[in-house]
Amino acid sequence: MRWVWIDRFTAFEPGQSATAVKCLSHAEDHFAEHFPGFPVMPAALILEGLAQTGGILVGEVNEFREKVVLAKIPSAKFHRDAVAGEMLTYAVRMLDLKAQGAVVAGRVTCGDELVAEAEIFFAHLDQNRSQQAFGDHNFVFGGELQYLLGMAKQATKPAELPPATTT
Amino acid sequence: MTQEDIFGKVKAVLVDALSVDDDEVTPQARLQADLNAESIDFLDIVFRLEREFGLKIDRNDLFPESVFSGDPKFVQNGMLTPDGMVELKSKMPYADMTTFEANPKFDQIGDLFTVDLITRYVHSRVAAK
Repeated sequence: MRWVWIDRFTAFEPGQSATAVKCLSHAEDHFAEHFPGFPVMPAALILEGLAQTGGILVGEVNEFREKVVLAKIPSAKFHRDAVAGEMLTYAVRMLDLKAQGAVVAGRVTCGDELVAEAEIFFAHLDQNRSQQAFGDHNFVFGGELQYLLGMAKQATKPAELPPATTT
Repeated sequence: MTQEDIFGKVKAVLVDALSVDDDEVTPQARLQADLNAESIDFLDIVFRLEREFGLKIDRNDLFPESVFSGDPKFVQNGMLTPDGMVELKSKMPYADMTTFEANPKFDQIGDLFTVDLITRYVHSRVAAK
């Protein structure tokens, strides 16, 4: 199974915002265990999809030269479960971008309903140390995610974004 | 902006960054020992202070890393040397060193990072704007 938790981008404004969608299929393994007889999308995987949307937004700014890692989720609220057959929309807005890292605000919706909200803090791995530990290869942004970005650049549909300030 | 105003905003920043209760953020509270801040939280706090107060903060300005590198000129036998104290005071002019200076154990440096230190730092920066 590939660790890609978004299906495609529907909007991408470099350095500003990104929107991606994820269709939930009952065939996905996590539904079998989470929970037997009551299949709901694990909240951690919802956050992973939001983080992948935001991570690509952050990484693209520096043309994926930085290793962008999820450092912290300062806040997350879950408003309702997500179930198989639904399509989640992940919308993220860049709140802050600096040499050391970036912060995005994210909203997850299903149709008009709010599913989750989170603020996600990404760090740029220290270039010297990460090169010693991991080499030149950028393990964060592999082919799959870059492929999605190629699709993102063709996306033009406007999206409803979270507000510019956090609550 | 008064120091009290700044303290209120610093408190809100720390409540958000560290997921602590409002009443835990007292001026004397230590970021690590009392509020359980970890290394990535310091970067988060700097980002939030910049947004809240419209400042540009060099991370090493508020949380200087050079002091903690264990240079033998500054640290010997687990204690800060006189040169180390001078260095620390020059790097952290906003810290209250009164208690620490009496017994400058290297592993107690983290206790200098209090809510009051951040408030005083921000106050001086805002006043200089």
